[in-house]
Amino acid sequence: MILVWLILIPFIGGLLSWQADRWGEKAPRWIALATMVVVLGLTLVLWWQGDYQLLVPGSEAGGSAWALEWRVPWIARFGIDIHLALDGLSLVLIGLTGFLGVLAVLCSWKEIVQRIGFFHLNLLFILGGVVGVFLAIDLFLFFVFWEMMLVPMYFLIALWGHSGSEGKTRIRAAVKFFIYTQASGLLMLVAILALVFVHHAATGEYSFSYGDLLDTPLSDELAMVLMLGFFLAFAVKLPVVPLHGWLPDAHAQAPTAGSVDLAGILLKTGAYGMLRFALPLFPEASQSFAPIAMALGVVGVFYGAVLACGQRDLKRLIAYTSISHMGFVLIGIYSGSTLALQGVVVLMVAHAFSAAGLFILSGQIYERLHTRDMEKMGGLWGRLGSLPAFTLCFVAASLGMPGTANFIGEFMVLFGTFPVAPWTVAIASGGLVLSAIYSLILMQRVHFGPAQGEGRFRDLDWREYTMMLGILALVLFFGLYPQPLLDTTDEVMAGVQGLFSAAGPGVTAFVSGGGR
Amino acid sequence: MMELAMQLLTLTFLLPLAGTLILALSRGRLGEGSSAFVGVLSVGLAALVTAIVAIGFVNGGGQAASLTLWTWIQVGDFAPTIGLALDALSLTMLGVITGVGFLIHLFAAWYMQGDTGITRFFAYMNLFVFSMVLLVLGDNLLLLFLGWEGVGLCSYLLIGYYYERSANGAAAIKAFIVTRIGDVFLAIGLFLMFSQFGTLDIQTMLAMAPTVWAEGEGMAQLAALLILGGALGKSAQLPLHTWLADAMAGPTPVSALIHAATMVTAGVYLIARLHGVFELAPDVLYLVGVIGALTLLMAGFAALAQTDIKRILAYSTMSQIGYMFLALGVGAFDAAIFHLMTHAFFKALLFLSAGAVIVSCHHEQDIRQLGGLWRRLPLPYAGFLMGGAALAALPLVTAGFYSKDEILWHALAANKGDLLVVGLLGAFLTSLYTLRLILGTFHGEMKSDNARTAEPGTGLRHGVPLVVLAILSTFLGAWLEPSLVAVLPVSPGEAVATGHTALELVASAVALAGLGFGAWLFLVKGKWLASHVARGPGAMLWHLWHQAWGFDRVFDRLLVQPFRHLVHWLRGDLIDALFNLVAAIVRLLSAGVTRVQTGRLRTYSTSMVFGATVVMLVLVGGYLL
Repeated sequence: MILVWLILIPFIGGLLSWQADRWGEKAPRWIALATMVVVLGLTLVLWWQGDYQLLVPGSEAGGSAWALEWRVPWIARFGIDIHLALDGLSLVLIGLTGFLGVLAVLCSWKEIVQRIGFFHLNLLFILGGVVGVFLAIDLFLFFVFWEMMLVPMYFLIALWGHSGSEGKTRIRAAVKFFIYTQASGLLMLVAILALVFVHHAATGEYSFSYGDLLDTPLSDELAMVLMLGFFLAFAVKLPVVPLHGWLPDAHAQAPTAGSVDLAGILLKTGAYGMLRFALPLFPEASQSFAPIAMALGVVGVFYGAVLACGQRDLKRLIAYTSISHMGFVLIGIYSGSTLALQGVVVLMVAHAFSAAGLFILSGQIYERLHTRDMEKMGGLWGRLGSLPAFTLCFVAASLGMPGTANFIGEFMVLFGTFPVAPWTVAIASGGLVLSAIYSLILMQRVHFGPAQGEGRFRDLDWREYTMMLGILALVLFFGLYPQPLLDTTDEVMAGVQGLFSAAGPGVTAFVSGGGR
Repeated sequence: MMELAMQLLTLTFLLPLAGTLILALSRGRLGEGSSAFVGVLSVGLAALVTAIVAIGFVNGGGQAASLTLWTWIQVGDFAPTIGLALDALSLTMLGVITGVGFLIHLFAAWYMQGDTGITRFFAYMNLFVFSMVLLVLGDNLLLLFLGWEGVGLCSYLLIGYYYERSANGAAAIKAFIVTRIGDVFLAIGLFLMFSQFGTLDIQTMLAMAPTVWAEGEGMAQLAALLILGGALGKSAQLPLHTWLADAMAGPTPVSALIHAATMVTAGVYLIARLHGVFELAPDVLYLVGVIGALTLLMAGFAALAQTDIKRILAYSTMSQIGYMFLALGVGAFDAAIFHLMTHAFFKALLFLSAGAVIVSCHHEQDIRQLGGLWRRLPLPYAGFLMGGAALAALPLVTAGFYSKDEILWHALAANKGDLLVVGLLGAFLTSLYTLRLILGTFHGEMKSDNARTAEPGTGLRHGVPLVVLAILSTFLGAWLEPSLVAVLPVSPGEAVATGHTALELVASAVALAGLGFGAWLFLVKGKWLASHVARGPGAMLWHLWHQAWGFDRVFDRLLVQPFRHLVHWLRGDLIDALFNLVAAIVRLLSAGVTRVQTGRLRTYSTSMVFGATVVMLVLVGGYLL
């Protein structure tokens, strides 16, 4: 039952904040904050109580071992249930959702001054939808939540966003985001339905249940087509170059809270989808698709990084770095090595922290300078109190400085993938140079160089300072001791790896052959 | 005793870390005095702890020991730890880092007085010491890599310390990115080594290496080559050397600590630490020596044609590290570390003396604007004389003589005649540029008001570091030669006995000949030299050497500009533009179809009749056929 509450609490909190508007502008903020703290607290309690290392030892299927499960029939005729389940991977990601939810509320405290209640309704509905995505293991329900995240996000960008230069309006960004994700979501729906029909043809009963569909017998061609349906939906979300077009616009034009949620969690739903559905449902097809996926990952690493170097808009720069980092995630997911898969988990968490930190910092800069154009910045180091030093720390995290969680994630992915695809790793490592280039460009253009004006801006207040220090502490903690995270997802990732490598002994060799 | 020493060992990096945290979290509440106090004290205490550890180590018979603090990451076989290993090699490095580091911090407290960012300065400096200590103490390659990247970051921050000048920022970025290119090779090397050995623990790896790889095997050569890539970047050797001269944009104590005594020698440490891999890759080991030889010549010539005190010293540093690489290349790992140590002493002395001159002369660092300072600035002058003598390896009295002699001797003993000749030629160049530097700065007439109004530095923070380093630069410093037999393999010279004295005589003669030739050239033929450098082929040569053989320009053309063009070309996100094209086509179609919806009944009825006719024709046609 607690799983249902995890989803319901954000939705209820959202409705409450919406109505709380009439009690003054503080009320919705506090209610939203309390809601997300409760979600985060619940996750932490679940983590504390559960033992995610020893779930059904030896179970090979990634999905058969749940720490918690909740199931009631919904549309019995088609075998659709409200079926929620929790394992280490979803727990970690829900915890992340809770934490970033708290941050999103906090960083909007002064930024959002219009329609405060409705803003928090949308914000919390997004978060509720995301939690639903991470919990649903009925494919129909999953699709419902998947679509449910989009609508409030659309409003968040369209109503509270910033309009950029060169005719890049927030409405346009919102529409683009919606069309990209909607179109790809429909592909997934078709793939889900096809899978269900094939399952029906084989067993004579309709079921949307993840557990049932796992063993659906599929011909190679059909499996490949259906896998691609899922993959495309997730690839748009991750995003995988060339399907990334929505991301820079959406990130740059969204309000800070929107960017934090987009970069921190919404991108991770893509990776989660691949790990939970695309790989386990279609292991053979995924195996043969792996070289292409990894190549796409490498392309993403470089394409995102090169584009980041060329941006003038601070938030667009950070948005493109996300594309680059997600390239590493994609490489890791399709490497079929437990080490790399565990690295993917760390990298997802680390990127959520560092990208959220950078987006919040650029929001704080915007509140002070009223611009995101880096040409109008420069020499801010002495004029912004402790903000530049925080930027430096998060930039260091983003370029994968050892001691930060980002380093652990990236290097575990690379260490794990190297035996499988040495050349892929060797090339992708070149991305580390590019990440240094765009990170240092950011520091140089924004904070170093000659000052562009006189006087000092407002220093960080205690809310902003605590927030940044908190994220930074987590980045460093997981950089020096990622084990709590690794232990939690150990079993799930071993399961995914098991399915992947069971798909065909010859394929691993093929991957490395393809790499060579 | 050893147990205690190992427990204390953690303090050598925790103290500087504590210093960093105190300074960073003070949010500007600490004054200048307290910031300097915290910064200097933390490293001073670390040096004290190192001394205690060293005593414990020697009393314990020089037994290597290790201490695992916690397992960093544990996924299957992949289990790097946060673990420390202490042996003679890491202890030597630790002594240099904390000892010389402390003296430089003390001097920096004098050098940086009155600077508004002094808290930030000492926070970075302490963070540097923390990272550098972890680099040498880490018992596995991943922890070593943590220190390795950490020192790179601090180097970047300190080069760009005076951030208001864009040129400093450019120099800092250049330093970070060029070394990062090397780091990527090292990282790939790490991936390769882990896939081969299944561990990253250095001792286990070195023990396994001969069983996994045969001598000269491709995989071993590849691994060694990748590690070498990392070392080249960090230690500013060809072709990744271009960043070091520009790195002089940082405050002078930074140049002394990071870009002379410690960080830039990390590459030497790395290769010595992984000697087992390089011994299995003889070709790559020879390549190490060749690169060292080439770098020491290239940088020696470049140093001859610089006008900035610090750039002369920077090229000299490259050149001296070239000697260390040469030593590694002939298998004389301990000689390389010995030279690393003495070089840390005398080059730190030279840089600090240069810093004293620079501050006294109101931040003038062009030797064409200085001169005649020996009377006004006696202490820096003495520092330059002692340090310069050690750099030029004047026989018997200087530390540099003993360490450089060992390198040349092992080159001879290893039958690497080519490397030996280059080493001797380099010694000649060293004498020449050292003499030019000292003459230009301290002798002749004062060439600017900055020099004429020089104010000598005062106080213990200024004096003590110079005096102590000056003493260490003499033969007394050479007495500290560490015994590395337990860690490093036997050098080629140990087995051969003949010819050592002869070589010492030759090397001394070369160094003295360089000085004599220099004295003749600069003092007697000064006018002739000046006129020949100003125009004609001499000017071209001067220009070439002044630009350090033009590497910067080549890299700019080959890499930087193409990358800039690529970035510029892609800036608008071409792929996204392609997808937007779809939207544009839809919009175009929509515009076309919209036009039909005119709202005029006449048009509608016309088109309806037309449409009906077409349908009928098609039906009739279908029926008839």
